[in-house]
Amino acid sequence: MIELSNLEFHYPGSDFKLKIDALNISRGSTTAVIGQSGSGKTTLLNLIAGILEPFSGSVKVGNTDVCLLSDKARRNFRIKDIGFVFQDFRLISYLNGLDNILLPFKINDSIQLNGETNIWIKNIAHEMGIENKLGKYPHQLSHGEKQRLAICRALVARPSIILADEPTGNLDPNNKTNIMNLLFAYARKNNATLVTVTHDYDMLKDFDSIIDFNDLTIDKV
Amino acid sequence: MIQSLYLGLKYLQYHIYRTIILIGAIGVILYLPLGLGRLISESETQMMARADATPLIIGAKDNATDLVINSIYFEQCNVEQITFSKANELDRLGFGYSIPFISVFNARNYPIVGTTLDYFRFRNLDIEEGHNLQFVGECVLGALVAESLNLGPGDSLVSSPDNFLDLAGSYPLQMKVVGVLKTSNTPDDRAVFTDLKTNWVIMGLGHGHEDMTEVKDPTLILEQDSTSITASAKLFIYNKIDGEKLESFHFHGDKSNFPITSILFIPDNHKAATLLRGRYKTDIIQEQILIPSEVIANLLENIFRIKHIFNTVFILVGFATLLILSLIIVLTLRLRKKELYTMFTIGSSKTKTFEIVVSELLVIIVGSLMLAAALYAISGYFVESFIQQFIL
Repeated sequence: MIELSNLEFHYPGSDFKLKIDALNISRGSTTAVIGQSGSGKTTLLNLIAGILEPFSGSVKVGNTDVCLLSDKARRNFRIKDIGFVFQDFRLISYLNGLDNILLPFKINDSIQLNGETNIWIKNIAHEMGIENKLGKYPHQLSHGEKQRLAICRALVARPSIILADEPTGNLDPNNKTNIMNLLFAYARKNNATLVTVTHDYDMLKDFDSIIDFNDLTIDKV
Repeated sequence: MIQSLYLGLKYLQYHIYRTIILIGAIGVILYLPLGLGRLISESETQMMARADATPLIIGAKDNATDLVINSIYFEQCNVEQITFSKANELDRLGFGYSIPFISVFNARNYPIVGTTLDYFRFRNLDIEEGHNLQFVGECVLGALVAESLNLGPGDSLVSSPDNFLDLAGSYPLQMKVVGVLKTSNTPDDRAVFTDLKTNWVIMGLGHGHEDMTEVKDPTLILEQDSTSITASAKLFIYNKIDGEKLESFHFHGDKSNFPITSILFIPDNHKAATLLRGRYKTDIIQEQILIPSEVIANLLENIFRIKHIFNTVFILVGFATLLILSLIIVLTLRLRKKELYTMFTIGSSKTKTFEIVVSELLVIIVGSLMLAAALYAISGYFVESFIQQFIL
């Protein structure tokens, strides 16, 4: 369960202000976040992940108030519990596919690579259909392959929450459906929470709930 | 740290050309002062070794440095000459023995050094091939001369005329190569050794020609009386000294007045050297006596002042490189901002990203140091021959 209550946030020197009185996202649900550009969708994801700190209020994930965690604890929370998927993939250009997937293990010592993880990596790479692309560098992959690789990286530590920021924004219609299906399948199979920022209204019917940032309402689909 | 190093290495490997250029540039900048320092100190050592191995030099009261450079390195500076009699006078004093020396002419850009067999004994120069000097007109080649001119015993070598337009000057003499010296890694490797008489023949003080009493062409004789015959310029002077012509070679005048450039004097002991030097303190004696090591030490002191200038230049270049390196790092970090932010978003700490960048820098610095060390080792291997070739 993700709970945001009495939350206020603003960027220093900016007119932008985000105010959320109460927002609950239940465990294992899939949620779409829609709204105009600059309405605060990405900010919401960053607040849930503990990258941004609210001016007031709280962000609870399960029983943990993310705002009360130390920097280190917040980083460890992100690496263990959150999988990020970005619109522009954010793959590391100088690492091949496998090293990109393993990046979380290389940048944070709180998670350790073991035999089980290796099997898990093989599985997800297989499910994403990129098992034979792991030796390739990002510039050698298509957009669809890059996003699949980025999803593998997001899922490598078996997160309980996936925060996807317009994950299909750079993909063709065929790839869009495939990528979203992969994310839905992971969420359902692992009882993970999926929060996806999207501008693609055709996809909204597939989500359990929708957060509309234009009027900050939550609609159950 | 190992993971940071791994990521750093991956980054450098991906940008391999940039990495190689950086390592190359920093490595060379690190190497230059070290390499130059080594070159200078090795040069100093080798120059001093040669000077230390030469006890005393006596020559005209001219430029002391030129005299020593001419006498031990065979650099042909304009050294005023003294007479051969001075060597005999020194020997008569009983303080030791003298080795007279002429180094004025060249043969195919290598100095011709006229001396006595004592010189070979004094410098421990052994014959590798052939035999030592026996007759006028013969020469023994230093190892490097023989190698570069591809000459050996039985070949001939012609002395270079010092002035093509001076008809009264020295004429080229075709010398017979009778021996090649073993390599000594000293200036002796780059010299053509003859005896004094051969040098005097090149100077025109001695020559060979057909017997004037038996010439059939009357136009060859200008004057003739019961005691002497004066030949005309038409008379053919031999430019080669071999078996049949050897006997016709003769010198006009008193040999004791013939020129030499200097005398290497080997005193019996320290006291003899001191006593001899004392004799040269007076103004009556026209020559000067020099301790080569003192002259060379003075010379080096002056020359190596430039080392300090180089050091300053290298410090400035190093500082400039450091600034450029800092700029490169800052620009690279700016370019990598998105990548580093991605790592942070996923769960990396700022310390970790700093560690990655530092490990990249460390690899570059270690690589540069290794390159500098390798260059230093390689140049150390060649420094001796470099000094032989270009400095001594």
